[in-house]
Amino acid sequence: MDWNAFNLSLQLAAWTLALLLPIGVVTGRWLARTQTLARPWLQAFFALPLVLPPTVVGYYLLIFTGTRSPLGELIMSWFGVSLVFSFPGLVVASILVNLPFAILPVQRAFEVVSSELYDAAACCAMTPWQTFTRVEMPLAWPGVLSAAVLTLGHTLGEFGVVLMVGGNIPGETRTLSIAIFDRVQAFDPLAAGQMAGFLLLISLVTVALGYGVLEKRDQRKRRSA
Amino acid sequence: MLSIRIENNTPALKVDFRLPMGTLSAIVGPSGSGKTSVLRAVAGLLAPSHSLISFDNDIWTDTETRYFRPCYQRPLGFVTQSFGLFPHLTAAENVGAALTHLPRRERGLEAQRFLELVGIGGLADRRPSELSGGQSQRVAMARALARKPRLLLLDEPFSALDHSTRKRLRVELKRLQDALAMTVLFVTHDLDEAAELSQTMVLLRRGQVVQQGPTRELLRRPSTVEAARLMNFANLAKAEWVDSDSSGITLRWGDVLLKAETGPKSPPEGPIYWTIRTTDVFLVKDGHPDESSLGTILSADVTEIIEMGSSVLVSVIAARGGGELLRLRLRPGALHRHNVSKGSQIRIALNAQSLVLLQS
Repeated sequence: MDWNAFNLSLQLAAWTLALLLPIGVVTGRWLARTQTLARPWLQAFFALPLVLPPTVVGYYLLIFTGTRSPLGELIMSWFGVSLVFSFPGLVVASILVNLPFAILPVQRAFEVVSSELYDAAACCAMTPWQTFTRVEMPLAWPGVLSAAVLTLGHTLGEFGVVLMVGGNIPGETRTLSIAIFDRVQAFDPLAAGQMAGFLLLISLVTVALGYGVLEKRDQRKRRSA
Repeated sequence: MLSIRIENNTPALKVDFRLPMGTLSAIVGPSGSGKTSVLRAVAGLLAPSHSLISFDNDIWTDTETRYFRPCYQRPLGFVTQSFGLFPHLTAAENVGAALTHLPRRERGLEAQRFLELVGIGGLADRRPSELSGGQSQRVAMARALARKPRLLLLDEPFSALDHSTRKRLRVELKRLQDALAMTVLFVTHDLDEAAELSQTMVLLRRGQVVQQGPTRELLRRPSTVEAARLMNFANLAKAEWVDSDSSGITLRWGDVLLKAETGPKSPPEGPIYWTIRTTDVFLVKDGHPDESSLGTILSADVTEIIEMGSSVLVSVIAARGGGELLRLRLRPGALHRHNVSKGSQIRIALNAQSLVLLQS
């Protein structure tokens, strides 16, 4: 069992979740309410990582954020880090490939909040922020929870884009899924099996916990209906 | 004074009227006439392209100076047609949602007080999904009243309710308005509801004001053919202006000369119409001692009799009139007393005081 890789996977999942969830809530809510004609295009853009092979996303990240690219040079001069073959690069890549998991469930959840509830909140003298915290979030939180669970689970298991952008540097970019691949390549099925089982368990528990919370809420709703 | 001036393209609106403070006013019109849009503009939920809305000399919207006070800063309560109750909150929490300016403990007590005020103090812990239409309406009303608004807006508040609940809540609304001395503006397509509740009425059609004024006056004297049609005046006929003198205006309807107490003193441009309420067309008994005091007496043939519960609607064609059907409302007993039946001939009286002349 490569505990360093496990530790790195957890860190990657935590950073991705912490940075991506607010982006998902803001973008998902905006997409749910906007009337812009560009909405189908924006939705398609955010859903792209679902249909594109991770290698394609990884390839474009390498092209656009590599040290010889203008963006890569800019990041290097501003922050002193390279996004290629580094942990910050993994976080950026992870955020990009997880966009659909963080945005789409949130968008669906906010679409359920009807316009008449916004009107009612305004007529109750609630400010937009109060409306968000007291009306929108209590109604949309199952979508936000789904987004969090999916992002967490997907980040823990992400392989293709991590390998493309981060390579396989122990302690820096070797996550648990890369470590499994590494052990399989090295004909070490025992270690690979241990790590694969562990990852399977964690993913199962994470998703089951999420479903459990939602199920409990649905039961409460059914009882009160 | 609640002053409302709105010009907008989508939805099409062009209205300009003022309503007195501390009274119950109604906006009445058919579906799609723009009633709800006016209410939403007053609430600040709709931003028309051109508007000036002020309440008690306090400007809420002025597109000319680009001033727009958001809804949450306007001292109003709004009960929408679908009530807009927050589904995740109990009845008490829904009312409490309008009381966020109070400390949490006071909020609960105040919410309970308002639920009791609308007669559902025992339902405080129920969620909207556990409430009937009438109960939801009361929670919405309690929530709208909880912030002690200076202006209460009601959008077809009784439309989702059964007849008996509607009647009961109308009485309660009157009682609350009296008790709290609020200005209330409500929207309805039900003329009877407006007649029963409001002191001032605005008739709206296709986004424009057809007529406005004190409700009693409006119901008695529509000023245009359109207003009469909107208010379901069943008797509407075309006539010619003959002359006017100190006693009133004389009209020619077919071969009959009719007298109206008020109307244009000179020949109007275009045709003139007249109307009279069905309850103001009188059946003249044979041998009436003073027939001349009743107004113009006409012979008429009964073409249809429709019994409608406590009254009967009788349609007649006046023998020498302009050919339009006239309708009069009688008590069921009068049919038998005066031998009124389909095909029979009766005599009716049109009083000059009740005859209303209309612009086309």
